[in-house]
Amino acid sequence: MNVLSPLLAFDAVAAVLLVPVVAAALLALLPGYRITARLNVLASLLTLLAALSLFVTERPEPGQYLLVDDLNIVFIVLNAFVGFTTSIFSASYIAHELETGRLTPANLRFYHAMYQVMMFGMNLAFVSNNIGLMWVAVELATLTTVLMVGIYRTHEALEAAWKYFILGSVGIAFALFGTILVYLAAQPVVGEGYDAMVWTILVEHAATFDPALLNVAFVFLLLGYGTKVGLAPLHAWLPDAHAEGPTPISAVLSGLLLNVALYAVLRFKILLSASPEAIAAGPLMMTMGLTSLIFAAFMLYRRRDIKRLFAYSSIEHMGIIVFAFGLGGPLANFAGLLHMVMHSLTKSAIFFAVGHVAQIKGTQRLSAIRGLTETHPSLGWGLLAGVIAIAGLPPMGIFMSEFLIVSSTFARHPLLAIPLVFGLLVAFGALLLRLTGVAFGQPRGSVAPGKASYIPMYAHLALVLGAGIYLPPPLVAWFQHIANLLR
Amino acid sequence: MNGPVFDIAHMLAGGLVLVSMMMLYQDRLYALLNVFALHSLVLTLSVAWQALIQDAPHLYVTAAIALIFKAIVIPVALHRMIRQLGIHREIETVVGVGPTMLAGIGLVALSIVVMLRVTPEADPLAREDLAFALSVLLLGLLIMVTRRNAVSQVVGFMSLENGLVLAATGAKGMPLVVEISVAFSILIAFIVIGVFLFRIRERFDTVDVRALDDFRGRRRK
Repeated sequence: MNVLSPLLAFDAVAAVLLVPVVAAALLALLPGYRITARLNVLASLLTLLAALSLFVTERPEPGQYLLVDDLNIVFIVLNAFVGFTTSIFSASYIAHELETGRLTPANLRFYHAMYQVMMFGMNLAFVSNNIGLMWVAVELATLTTVLMVGIYRTHEALEAAWKYFILGSVGIAFALFGTILVYLAAQPVVGEGYDAMVWTILVEHAATFDPALLNVAFVFLLLGYGTKVGLAPLHAWLPDAHAEGPTPISAVLSGLLLNVALYAVLRFKILLSASPEAIAAGPLMMTMGLTSLIFAAFMLYRRRDIKRLFAYSSIEHMGIIVFAFGLGGPLANFAGLLHMVMHSLTKSAIFFAVGHVAQIKGTQRLSAIRGLTETHPSLGWGLLAGVIAIAGLPPMGIFMSEFLIVSSTFARHPLLAIPLVFGLLVAFGALLLRLTGVAFGQPRGSVAPGKASYIPMYAHLALVLGAGIYLPPPLVAWFQHIANLLR
Repeated sequence: MNGPVFDIAHMLAGGLVLVSMMMLYQDRLYALLNVFALHSLVLTLSVAWQALIQDAPHLYVTAAIALIFKAIVIPVALHRMIRQLGIHREIETVVGVGPTMLAGIGLVALSIVVMLRVTPEADPLAREDLAFALSVLLLGLLIMVTRRNAVSQVVGFMSLENGLVLAATGAKGMPLVVEISVAFSILIAFIVIGVFLFRIRERFDTVDVRALDDFRGRRRK
């Protein structure tokens, strides 16, 4: 056991990274939709298994490039899980797109290969212990999603991809400048070379870094990675990218890519809070979070496109999560973490439902989608359950995390609770207003039965419901431990 | 730090800011591209000088990438592309030259004030480099904001990226600089190919997303 375990642990980390790479290479070469879609699912499953094995195998020592700790395991497992379920959804979604001729087999090969490259990029960002490597990985993940957003080649899709590209690149540039500043702050203490970019070493010595330089660095990093989190006023790319790309990509964008950027912000927040003289990162994050929440809540009212509606809802929830982490403290961090997991699961479930709905109705326009519970009961009720969850109603998991965030805000900054609750209520009203028609209105448009499997959607919703009713104690203990790490 | 070594590094980095300012008022695409080629050339010299004084041979690779890729290949490719897209006329600047220049001066002043204040203990060379790099970065952003044409936006982005390379090479002994400049070159190549393949000519007329959304909502019906 003790001889083999380091080897096994290394294998788990390597597998999380290598499976997607190998799969991407294979998928780029193999023709035929059936094989590639299945291979995509299989590769995602293997990645998930490798990610789960990180829990049981012994962790490798933090190296110059890679790191596995309590914080990033949660992100990796969530990433691999949603990646796996989305690949199942994607298989049935893509089959329909092929039938209607929106995608050609050549597009498809590219799509599947890019899907795995994106999974690789995201996993690499999570396990990297080097802030430079993390930056490269986030860039890679962004680049692949840009290509997939534009895959339909329609005017709108290209416009969305272009906007995403330009704004994402500016974000990336700011993040790199921030990374260089962190290196400069570390260099006099840690010395030149790789060590001054290794996160674990940086955290150890952060107290002796020049605080002024760290402050400026954090502002750049927050703006840069914040663009990717979709924080207002840097969110402009997000609704377009969600609405115009294929729906599986909307699901991974909302459910996963936003988390990757959030993870980067969190890592640097830990770094900043390890330095006693640097400014507190909290107020900055709280301001941006609240702005995003309130802005997105109002924007929800005037949406006419169902995917755009849920894209704004993602901005709203990322705002809540960033606010919670900005608030800090064990309870708020715990709630933020829980909210992030719940949001990823719920939002991707909603996008699975929305994808099927849009395919059946042939449109994404809200006014053309009515009375789903009557014509497509399993789909309609699933979507409704997702909306109930995302609006923060009990007994779903998001209710619990939002409740914790609100109550800890009341306890610590009662005045801030007013805009927070206001934003939540506005968003709640908007979602119910928009979705009652979709679920219960007079049926309109095609009533053809959906051919897809709804298992991924219901699996996610069951998890969210389960978490709302009962959180297993080991999970709570784990999250509490991370919440303390985050400070 | 001995005099001439520092002065030359300083002059080259300052030259980069100057060329960035020159880009602000170019109102024709060809002229903009030529100035950008000059920008990359100055960057090449600056990086090569850093490689020499820091005794860091890997930085020569970065300099070579800047020279070959950004000073020659990209401008030539964009020249041909502009001709093929038929957009070799005037650039529509959203803001006039006067206000743009004033904003540019303001940004340079801002970045020098910010960077010099927070880095009193850093190596003087890195310190000046960083202040200049931030100026170049912000000026690049300004170019992107004040232009409507996709090609000139790309040029703005590349000048911004030149600023980042300047910052990265100024940070003594920073690892991964070469890798990062390669990653950026790939990114830029993708953008340029994207512009060409999909014939993206114009950015959206407004930066106000609400207006854009409403417009799209109506068009879709």
